[in-house]
Amino acid sequence: MAYNRMDSNDIDALVGILGRDRVKTGSLIHDDFCHDELGGAHRAPEVVVEPLTTEEVSKVMKHAWKRDIPVTPRGQGTGLVGGCVPVHGGILMDMSHMNKVLELDEENLVLTVEPGVLLMEIADLTTSRGYMYPPDPGEKSATIGGNISTNAGGMRAVKYGVTRDYVRGLEVVLADGTVLELGGKVVKNSSGYSLKDIVVGSEGTLAVVTKAMLKLIPLPKKVVSLLVPFESLKTAIGLVPSIIKSKTTPTAVEFMERPVIKAAEDYLGKEFPDSSAPCYLLLSFDGAGKSEVDGAYQEVAELCLENGALDVFISSTEERQEIIWKARGAFLEAIKASTSGIDECDVVVPRDKVADFICHIHGLEGKHGIRIQSFGHAGDGNLHVYVLKDKLSEEEWAKRKNAAMADLYEKAKELRGQVSGEHGIGYDKQAQLCESIGDRTVGLMRGIKAVFDPKGILNPGKVVCGKFE
Amino acid sequence: MKICVCIKQVPGSSKVDIDERTGVLKRSGAEAKLNPYDLYTVETALRIKEMLKGTTVTVTALSMGPPQAKEALEEAYMMGADVMVLMSDRRFAGSDCLATSYALSQGIEYLGGFDLVITGKQTTDGDTAQVGPELAEMLGMPSVANVAKVLSAGKDSLTVEYDMPESVNVAKIALPCLISVDKGRYSPRLPSYRRKRDMADAPFLTLTADMLHDKDASHYGLDGSPTQVERIFPPEASNDRTLFKGSAEEAADFIYKGLSAEKLV
Repeated sequence: MAYNRMDSNDIDALVGILGRDRVKTGSLIHDDFCHDELGGAHRAPEVVVEPLTTEEVSKVMKHAWKRDIPVTPRGQGTGLVGGCVPVHGGILMDMSHMNKVLELDEENLVLTVEPGVLLMEIADLTTSRGYMYPPDPGEKSATIGGNISTNAGGMRAVKYGVTRDYVRGLEVVLADGTVLELGGKVVKNSSGYSLKDIVVGSEGTLAVVTKAMLKLIPLPKKVVSLLVPFESLKTAIGLVPSIIKSKTTPTAVEFMERPVIKAAEDYLGKEFPDSSAPCYLLLSFDGAGKSEVDGAYQEVAELCLENGALDVFISSTEERQEIIWKARGAFLEAIKASTSGIDECDVVVPRDKVADFICHIHGLEGKHGIRIQSFGHAGDGNLHVYVLKDKLSEEEWAKRKNAAMADLYEKAKELRGQVSGEHGIGYDKQAQLCESIGDRTVGLMRGIKAVFDPKGILNPGKVVCGKFE
Repeated sequence: MKICVCIKQVPGSSKVDIDERTGVLKRSGAEAKLNPYDLYTVETALRIKEMLKGTTVTVTALSMGPPQAKEALEEAYMMGADVMVLMSDRRFAGSDCLATSYALSQGIEYLGGFDLVITGKQTTDGDTAQVGPELAEMLGMPSVANVAKVLSAGKDSLTVEYDMPESVNVAKIALPCLISVDKGRYSPRLPSYRRKRDMADAPFLTLTADMLHDKDASHYGLDGSPTQVERIFPPEASNDRTLFKGSAEEAADFIYKGLSAEKLV
C-alpha cells in the first residue's frame, strides 16, 4: 500500500476541522509520540491531531480516507509492543483528550466513557459508587481505549476475565469516517457476528473507538490477599493447578521471585512486607462478606502449608493491601530501571503448564548468557518474561536476546500456548504471531482487516499487516 | 527486656460513626481493624526484639476495649507478639485520653511494669495523639513522640530517630521509657497464618477493673473522663484551597490572620 505524504493542504484541512491548537506539526511533536513504553518501533508522525468529539474523529478519518493517509490512534502510549507507533508516518490521532465519563447507568450497570479516560479514573469513580470494573492491568495510567485495543487482562483475570468480557458496546469510527455503534447496553446478544468483539483487541487496525459502554459489577465488600513464601519456585508454581482445582476461585494468583521484589523495593524506596524467601505466590480473594472470604482463603492457606509453603501471610486491610499491590504494580517499571535495556515476552500457556514454562525460562539464563526476570499471572497462565541487556554490547544483546526469545516462543508453542496474553502483537510480535497461528489463520485475519479497512490506512504495519521476517 | 505495645481496635472504614449525644464512638455493626498506626507500633517492637537477638525479649500486646477488641491483639500475635492482654470491663467504657492513659498505666502496673512501652502516634478514630505522652507521664517514664525509626537498641537504652515539623532528630533515651511511633518508615510485617493456627495455645489474659490496684470506678470510663464532648460532627468537605508559600512562622501567621478575620479565634 502506497500512502500519500501529507502536504500543506492536508494540514489546512485538519486545522479546518480541529483548529490550529489541536493540530501539531514539526517541532511541536514531542518525542513521546514517536514510541511507546517498550517496543522497538520509533517513528515520528507527520502530524498529531487531538480530537475532542466523535464528529471530529469522523471528519479526520474522511479526509485521511480520501487522501490515503495512514492514521494511528494512540492513548497514553503505555503499550509494550509498538502498537501506537506511527510506523508509516501520517496522522497520529491522540485520543487522550476525549476523556469524559459520559454516564453511570446504575439500572443497567453500565459505565459509558470516552476512550481517553484513564484506568485509575475508572477505578476511583466506580469504587466510590460501590461498583467494580474488574479488569486490573498493572499500568493504571493507561487509557480505557488502549485497554480495549489490546484486550488488556491484568491481575483479576483468574476470576473475572479480561477487558473483552466487560465491553458491552462500542461507538467506533471506521476508516472511511462512518460512525457505528456495535453492541450496546444489552446483556445478551446473538445478533449476527459480534463485530464489537472483533474490534476489541484489534489494536486500532479496524476502527477508532470513540465511546465504550463498560459492564460493571457490585464492588466486593471484603478483600483478603495472601502472600505465600516458598523455598523453591517449582514448589510454588507446582501448587497453582491444585489451587485452581480447589474451587475457591481466587481473584488473582501471581508469582514473584526475590530479585524482582528487590528491584521493586529499590524503585519505590519502600520495603516489601517480606522478602526472606526466594519466591512467592500472591493470592487474592474477594466476596460479599467476611465469612465467605475467610472460608475461601483458609482452605487455600491450609493447602499451601500442606504442600511446602513456608508460611502464609494475611493481608486484610486497605493499608496492608496498598503496600503489597503497589509493589506488584511497579514490577515492570522496577525491572526497566534496573538495567540498560529490556525486551519482553507476554506468552500465555495453559495453566497446568505454567511450571514447565517457568522452569524452562530458568534454564535459558545459563544457556544464552543473559539475565532473565519474570513475574506474572500464574493463575491464568500469562507470564511476563523480561530479557535484560545489562552491560552487553548492542551486537551481543541483539544476538543473545533473539536466541533467548526464539527459545521462549518455541517452548510456548510446544505447550500449546499463545504469543500474547494481554499486551498484544503491535509492531514487534508479528513474526511470532504468524509463526504461531499459521498461514490460514493469518489469511483470515488479513481478510477481516481488508473488509473493515480496504485501503489499509488504519494503524498500518501492525498485527498481521506489517513487513517482517 | 520486657516490651509492652499499646494498641487499639478502630472502625474499619474512615467514616466514623459517633453517638452525637454522648460523643462516644459507636462500635457495633461496623467492621473493625487494628489502628493503622499500630501496625508500626507492633513492627517497631518486633524489630527491637530482632536487634536484641540472643537476649530474652517478650512483647506483650495490651489493648483496652470491648471483647471483640481481642481481634486487634490476635493480629499483633500473628505478627509476632508473645502475649495478649485485653482490658475489658463496662467500667472502662467511654474513656477519654486521660482515663484511657490512666487505665493503661494501671494495667501495666498489674503486669509488673515494662522496660519499654510503645504506642502508636495516634489512632485513626480519636486522632488526639495524646495517649502516648500522657501514659508516659503516669508511668513516670521519659518519652519521645513521633519516633520514625529505632536506630539501635541496647540493654539500657534506645537510640531513635524522630520527626519534628522542620527537622529529623536523633535521641538516645534511657530505659525504662515510652516511645510513640509514627507510620511510614517501615513496611509492617503481615500476620502469619501459622501463628493464627496456634492461637488457641497463645497466652491471653483479660483484665477487669477489679483486678487493678486502683479500684475506684470514678477514675475510669465516662466518670473518669474530664473531657466534655459537646458535639461531634463530620467536618464539612469543600475543595476550596489557599496555597501559601513561606516558612513555618510565616505560614502560622498567615493562618492566624485568616482565622482571626473569620472570627474563629
